[in-house]
Amino acid sequence: MTGPVLQLDDIRVHFPVDSGFLRRRRVGVVKAVDGVSLAVGRGEVLGLVGESGCGKSTLARAVLQLVPATSGTVTLDGQPLAAASPAALQAARRKLQMVFQDPFASLNPRMTVYDTLAEPLAVHRIAPPRDIPARVAALMDDVGLAARFLRKYPHEFSGGQRQRIAIARALAVEPQVIIADEPVSALDVSIQAQILNLLAELVRRRRLTLVFISHDLAVVKHISDRVAVMYLGKVVELGPAAEVIERPRHPYTQALVSAIPVPDPATAGRPRLVLAGDPPSPLAPPPGCPFHPRCPHAAPKCLPQVPPLLPAGPAHSAACVRLGEIP
Amino acid sequence: MALLSVQDLRVSFHTRAGVVRAVDGVSFSVARGETLGLVGESGSGKSVTCQSLLRLIPTPPGRIEGGTAAFDGIDLLSAPADRLRAVRGRRIGMIFQDPMTSLNPYLRISDQLIEPLIVHEKISRADALARGLAMLEAVGINDAARRLHAYPHEFSGGMRQRVMIAMALIARPDLLVADEPTTALDVTVQAQILDLLKRLQRESGLAVIFVTHDLGVVSGLCDRVQVMYAGRVVESAPARTLFQAPRHPYTRALQRSVPALQPKGAALHTIPGQPPDLSRPVPGCPFAPRCEFAVDRCHTEVPALLPAAPGSPHTHACLRAQAGEI
Repeated sequence: MTGPVLQLDDIRVHFPVDSGFLRRRRVGVVKAVDGVSLAVGRGEVLGLVGESGCGKSTLARAVLQLVPATSGTVTLDGQPLAAASPAALQAARRKLQMVFQDPFASLNPRMTVYDTLAEPLAVHRIAPPRDIPARVAALMDDVGLAARFLRKYPHEFSGGQRQRIAIARALAVEPQVIIADEPVSALDVSIQAQILNLLAELVRRRRLTLVFISHDLAVVKHISDRVAVMYLGKVVELGPAAEVIERPRHPYTQALVSAIPVPDPATAGRPRLVLAGDPPSPLAPPPGCPFHPRCPHAAPKCLPQVPPLLPAGPAHSAACVRLGEIP
Repeated sequence: MALLSVQDLRVSFHTRAGVVRAVDGVSFSVARGETLGLVGESGSGKSVTCQSLLRLIPTPPGRIEGGTAAFDGIDLLSAPADRLRAVRGRRIGMIFQDPMTSLNPYLRISDQLIEPLIVHEKISRADALARGLAMLEAVGINDAARRLHAYPHEFSGGMRQRVMIAMALIARPDLLVADEPTTALDVTVQAQILDLLKRLQRESGLAVIFVTHDLGVVSGLCDRVQVMYAGRVVESAPARTLFQAPRHPYTRALQRSVPALQPKGAALHTIPGQPPDLSRPVPGCPFAPRCEFAVDRCHTEVPALLPAAPGSPHTHACLRAQAGEI
């Protein structure tokens, strides 16, 4: 095993908030992503979980250099991305592709499926023009779409089929890493299962690295090798998927797992940990551990500083100073 | 005696592409204090069913083609407008999916919250505000006295959905129709809202129709579950029975495609193909083209919703399961 394919070091994305009409002044900073470090190996699926506003999508965009990171470095296959020239960045994007949540908004409505899939092949000069039709046909086959759909436009497809097209478009450039931001959240359960199976099979067959972003812990557990849980711009727990979801150590992960509705009435009476209130505003995060105002185990020692990720088991860590004291 | 009894509800949409039979012969009833879950995927007709009960579907293109919905002696589908107005918002409350768009952004929460009281009970504004305040406190809004006069944009998604619940319940209705009320919310907030609904129901004996696509939510909340597919009810049973002994192949397939119920690493069960195009007549069982058990007669013969055993509350519409073949 060589080094990680994708490495993030202390990534921060801060958005300034200005107010005033004639005289603009800085009134605050939203720390959407605040010091995230992660490493993903070849062929690995990393699940990134958290609720709305926790910074998971901003992190994905920063990795792709779609929003500039305030600080920190993204290293792809040994090469730092932030310092890259536009040409080098384009080359890097060939290795790093993204699949978005909404298949109704992420495909160009005026391009046929063929054009959508042929474009990246031509832009990145992956195949000589005469080979493009055959490559497009092979991509369609990879994602389970019939060749007769080639001349159709996105509006003629269902949500699941559009997500297959979006996946085929990401695969066209033969990337090493795919970042999928809530790729199944907009789909019905039975269609969601088709797309999850397709992603898992592609990862296995092509030894792809997948960063799978979702708010749905059950889906993440199903597809991921490791899981990172984010809260208010920070990773609060990181470890093997089954470990994190079956034996969560951070109180936030425990609450999140406990909130998943289980489709089995036999468990209806299980004790649940229902959090009070909403996540705090990222404009005014609480001091110390960002979770302490909602945490059932909060103690005075949670306040002085932001807890770092501490070891919580083999390859498992959690950012909680009371790790040893809570169940 | 059921509080609401729906018989053979049929609703279609007349579009340029043809007549879409969104709800095709749906019957069910809800008793006082009972929670009925309506489950199905997009396009199964669950939301249209609920909206038709309150005659909220846009007409045209929508049209209620037939059926009755008897609510405490009033047929909601044929009642004159003024009788319906006396029921809507007063005896039947409704919560919609998206709390971001179902509140008027120009009006203070207080004005929207007490509107049902001013309209239906004709009480004074001061009395209505006092009840509004008590209601906001009942749904768990902190600092309700100050929050009462805020505007919707000052509330988070979970708080807005609490306001929607408060609005729906303020006139003390007998029936609450909740259409995917937690789908747009985060899981931790969803857990708060579901707990709140359960508590309010226990306290007031409210009947609830809860529409969702999430089997997990249904299992924790509902007494009885009705599974819809392509505008028809395919299975109906007490919640526990439906999860432990589903009979219809669609219900079974749906349960096997939920990741939470499957071991890690195993491929998820998938249902091949797509739901049928409802603008064309669906001969036979609507699920037959995707069903692993379908035989020739499933494609031609329309299955009726029949009890799984004589007198059983568990009903399903599968010819082969009824014949004891699967």
